[in-house]
Amino acid sequence: MKNHEYQQIDPQALVTPTPTPPPRPLPEHKPRRARRRWEVFPGKNRFCCDGRMIAARQSGVLPLTLGLILLTSGLFFIFDCPFLVKHLTSCIPAIGGVLFVFVIISLLQTSFTDPGILPRATPEEAADIEKQIDNPTGSSSSYRPPPRTKEVVINQQVVKLKYCFTCKIFRPPRTSHCSLCDNCVERFDHHCPWVGNCVGKRNYRFFYTFIISLSFLTAFIFGCVTTHLTLRSQGGNGLVFALQASPASALELVVCFFSVWSILGLSGFHTYLVATNLTTNEDIKGSWSGKSGNEDVGNPYSYNSIIKNCCSVLCGPMPPSLIDRRGFVPSDDSVQTSPVEIELPAAKNDINMCTQGTKGLLETASRSPLLTSSCPQAKPQAVLEPLPEIVPEPPKTPHKHHSHHRSKAKQSAHHTPKTSNSSPRPYHSHSSRRKDSKNRDPKFSSLR
Amino acid sequence: PADTFHNLQELHHSASLATKVFIQRDYSDSTICKFQTKFPAELDSRIERSLFEETVKTLNCYYGEAEKIGGQSYLEGCLACATAYIIFLCMETRYEKILKKISMYIQEQNEKIYAPRGLLLTDPIERGMRVVSFANTWDVFLSVGTTLKELCTIYKL
Repeated sequence: MKNHEYQQIDPQALVTPTPTPPPRPLPEHKPRRARRRWEVFPGKNRFCCDGRMIAARQSGVLPLTLGLILLTSGLFFIFDCPFLVKHLTSCIPAIGGVLFVFVIISLLQTSFTDPGILPRATPEEAADIEKQIDNPTGSSSSYRPPPRTKEVVINQQVVKLKYCFTCKIFRPPRTSHCSLCDNCVERFDHHCPWVGNCVGKRNYRFFYTFIISLSFLTAFIFGCVTTHLTLRSQGGNGLVFALQASPASALELVVCFFSVWSILGLSGFHTYLVATNLTTNEDIKGSWSGKSGNEDVGNPYSYNSIIKNCCSVLCGPMPPSLIDRRGFVPSDDSVQTSPVEIELPAAKNDINMCTQGTKGLLETASRSPLLTSSCPQAKPQAVLEPLPEIVPEPPKTPHKHHSHHRSKAKQSAHHTPKTSNSSPRPYHSHSSRRKDSKNRDPKFSSLR
Repeated sequence: PADTFHNLQELHHSASLATKVFIQRDYSDSTICKFQTKFPAELDSRIERSLFEETVKTLNCYYGEAEKIGGQSYLEGCLACATAYIIFLCMETRYEKILKKISMYIQEQNEKIYAPRGLLLTDPIERGMRVVSFANTWDVFLSVGTTLKELCTIYKL
């Protein structure tokens, strides 16, 4: 169902970050129709179903991933299952079906869930932070370091928080800015082109389920096809006869053979990450492996127990989405169309509750005798003069200095034994469908 | 009457432009959601330290409860995994339930404690869980008052 809806979306309407005029013609004197927040979202994201689903602007090779999975599984069910049901057991299509459903659902959820995007700072917050940075009492050292950092102590370990020039916030620990999506993502793992989205705090469990179930599915199909061909070639017929009798199996065999190793490798790698409560980003950068020779460095987020780490990463509570996609942009003229200035109110359906609540309390406040007596000049019932517009001009900061902690080519070298040689072209090698997703993307994900 | 309501809408909008005090996150306990309980100097004359600390500590408690990994969250997580996470589409998670409780709490605190002192506490969820902000609603009246005064001098009233 989700697949069908995704394909119906007209890409032209969604790609532009600036609000596009509505398709139906409106006379100019009428107020513009209320726009939803997703239409003015500053990051490079694509929204479907009127903001209910979110994906990266570049869908990467998601169609290829889906296509390969559907094709291989389809061929398996159509050509191999009848033979195997007849000769072995009818559990085979049942197991295959369950695995297939898990794979597709978790893939779609990984692709269309908000990975944990942090909304950009409102102008007041940005100004407040700027004030703190310029104030010399705020920094711990006597000189101001060029990239803005703040140090915090987490579990007796010093962690540096970096300032994000695009989002105008100090990034929380484990948060990273993805330049492909132009968003800060919490617990940023990597940007996966196969899935067409970033993998972060909110969709890591879906991603993990996807690769684990895909490993099982690929191994299962591989095993079944091998059994099928073996059974067919028995009785003195030979392998060539078997392949001629069932050519689809040959294709499945090739696809599965070349992908099972890389997918298994990726699953193993991510199982290691889950057990040690690390992200791909941290592992590649070597944040906690003591690269500077400091033996005391360890992962401050780990619970030092494999079970607890697994449970907290995979079975922990599901945090809500922090970006409000379906709320309405306030339509007063003073709120300009510049996306940086628009405040993002409460998520999902709480916006109405919050607005009514605040209006209600202001009514209560205005009726309070304390308030009216202390300000004799300004009665709430008096006509309020339009206040001077205090809309600070967002400084257009072209610098995106993320390269100081990225693109260490040598650090990806230790992954080459696990996966094959990383090639920049995703269509190039059929030998591994997913090899590049973890090598390439953390390197490139913040190269700005 | 309608006039008052319209003025209050303006007030609400103006409050968003008023000066604000931001309470930042406290990351000393790893990435769980917790806010600093250090009393900011700007609020010194506006609210008692104990009330402020109580509000922030209660908020921290609520968030701690939402993010706690324990029996109920494991159950929810395992059940979700078994159903290929489809139940997230149908059911409200525990975190969301607690967020609703938090907004009710903030509304109640605003009504009882902060509005009489001319402050407006905003829900951190509106700021991406980065800050708890206190908006000064009295600034609005002060700037209105200043503007009226200037007008009076201009027209020599």
